Amino acid sequence: MFLFIVRRIFFAMVLLLAVSFFTYMLFAMLPSDPAALTCGKNCKPDVIAANRIRLGYDKSLLEQYWLFLKGIFAGRDYGTGAAAFSCGAPSLGYSFGQHECVTTLIAQTFPVTAYLSIGAFMLWMLIGISTGAIAALNKGKWQDRAASIFTSIGVSLPTFYIGLLVLFSVVIWLRILPFPSYESPFDDFPVFLRTMILPWLVLAVLSAASYTRLTRNGMLEAMNEDFVRLGVAKGLTRRIILRRYVMRQALVPIVTIAGLDFAGLLGGAIITESVFSLPGMGKMSIRAVVESDLPVLVGTTMVAAVFIVIANVLVDIAYGYLDPRVRVK
Amino acid sequence: MSNEVVLSVKNLSVVFHTPDGDVAAVSDVSFDLRSGETLGIVGESGSGKSVTASSIMRLNNSVTASTSGSILISGVDVLTADEIEVRRVRGSEVAMIFQDPLSALNPYYTVGKQIAEAYLVHHPHVSKSEARAVTLEMLKKVGIPNPEKRIDEFPHQFSGGMRQRIVIAIALINNPKVLIADEPTTALDVTVQAQILDLMKELQAEFNMAIVLITHDLGVIAEAAKDVLVMYGGRVVERSTVEALFSEPTHPYAWGLLGAVNSLSSSGRGALATIAGSPPSLIALPSGCSFNPRCAYASDVCRTEVPLLRSIGLQGSVTACHLPDVEILSIGHGVASR
Repeated sequence: MFLFIVRRIFFAMVLLLAVSFFTYMLFAMLPSDPAALTCGKNCKPDVIAANRIRLGYDKSLLEQYWLFLKGIFAGRDYGTGAAAFSCGAPSLGYSFGQHECVTTLIAQTFPVTAYLSIGAFMLWMLIGISTGAIAALNKGKWQDRAASIFTSIGVSLPTFYIGLLVLFSVVIWLRILPFPSYESPFDDFPVFLRTMILPWLVLAVLSAASYTRLTRNGMLEAMNEDFVRLGVAKGLTRRIILRRYVMRQALVPIVTIAGLDFAGLLGGAIITESVFSLPGMGKMSIRAVVESDLPVLVGTTMVAAVFIVIANVLVDIAYGYLDPRVRVK
Repeated sequence: MSNEVVLSVKNLSVVFHTPDGDVAAVSDVSFDLRSGETLGIVGESGSGKSVTASSIMRLNNSVTASTSGSILISGVDVLTADEIEVRRVRGSEVAMIFQDPLSALNPYYTVGKQIAEAYLVHHPHVSKSEARAVTLEMLKKVGIPNPEKRIDEFPHQFSGGMRQRIVIAIALINNPKVLIADEPTTALDVTVQAQILDLMKELQAEFNMAIVLITHDLGVIAEAAKDVLVMYGGRVVERSTVEALFSEPTHPYAWGLLGAVNSLSSSGRGALATIAGSPPSLIALPSGCSFNPRCAYASDVCRTEVPLLRSIGLQGSVTACHLPDVEILSIGHGVASR
């Protein structure tokens, strides 16, 4: 088991290295000149030239990539003399659009994304698994049909549509909640809750739909298993059979997919953050795209990739724990 | 050895409601079973033998199936008792062995836990360590080598035959009066089949339990059963002792079954003897005797009237056939001596 984990972590590292290389190259090869973007439209050529040298865009692509990699572990200094500044390790570059180290920007925006993700994730697991279980236990009855309507809506309607609809009806039309304006939970917890409740719900309800389906189908499939019949034949109560036999089996794919979904969310819930104007990583990424702020894009992509790779490793380990048949000796 | 009746099935009928129509899976099946005895039930797929078995534990889905008649186990009618009472009977008075030991065990728990679970549910005041000791004892009884180590292993670490032994251990942990074995050896290798049958016989003698042995394999019946029900199209068509079935079969369907077996054991390389035609659709059973389309001896009465079970011969057999006794006995002897 220990060897298995070590091997998985090693491959995860290699994968991240590849991701960083391709992301960096892809963004660097875009036809925009990063140095020209460092100051406004009426920039003098000598300023651009100076910035190009200061930010290292005069060097070859491979050399730039090497400096980027080195910066992650050792931090990075830009320029010399009075105009010099540095981004400490782990440095993901310098945003010329916002005149700030990318790592600092991510550190500012990530908590917002994390609060959004964690809250929404807990809600959607609760909603998804319970509606799925109710549907499975009432197969063919009205509860099942209601759950299937819910699933279709959740899967087919896009977040921005539902998000704007909810925002319009709750905030503008019914005026139950004030217009969202984000505050850190440590500064003003009530305002934080008021702001987060809608994005949490929207994200949770929409994502729960696929978990409803997964839970329902997994449970119905498990109920047809021979070992569930043997459980009944043993004289076990319905509750124990549902818990130890049916749910136990249905849970395996749910855990797998939930891990990956959660990690994807941590990389930035772009649309939800934009609709509800939450200053998270997703919203920052959108802004970086509009402004061609390449270092920020590379930085957020790397963070998202790290989460997804970590989640993959964790899911693999959890899978071995959940299903003894794939456990490595 | 006491010979009390431990299982009494009377006029059992099971109808499944399907989108294509009602399926009469079991019609009017009755039998009694005494402790220490083994009743074999033979028949093709769809003859109703497995449904009869699952009815005894009330495992049929109550929404899609309607069951009538009565099934008495230690004074409790399983078909009408409430859920709590049925649960008390399940596992402690009647236990079941399934056909496929590969899928009958819960893959997520160790075999020890699964056996102990069956014990604890009927002995709620027993501690876990006591249950473990009982489990270990049972594992030894069913012939699992090195049980102290294997008790903590998962089902996938066992071979098919070993897994069937585990299923038997689960079934016998509460010392049930009746054991229902639904094709217990079908999924196993031939050599392992014999071991499992021997094990069942051994444990039957030790616990003095009654066994309902369901199979399509006459060899298994000859090996393990005392009495036999032959089922066809959801009905009992012949009931006899094993000796009588092989020396004096009394139903054309039984003749066909025996003919198929005999063609295997006789030397020569001729074609295998088969019963012409295929098993009937249970949605639209043939009128009269449901075997009549495949029967070489069928006459007009067979197509209009369902034959009732009647005693025949001197060996206590019962048959459901319209042919005259004399004719049945002479053809039966001929089939048996072939």
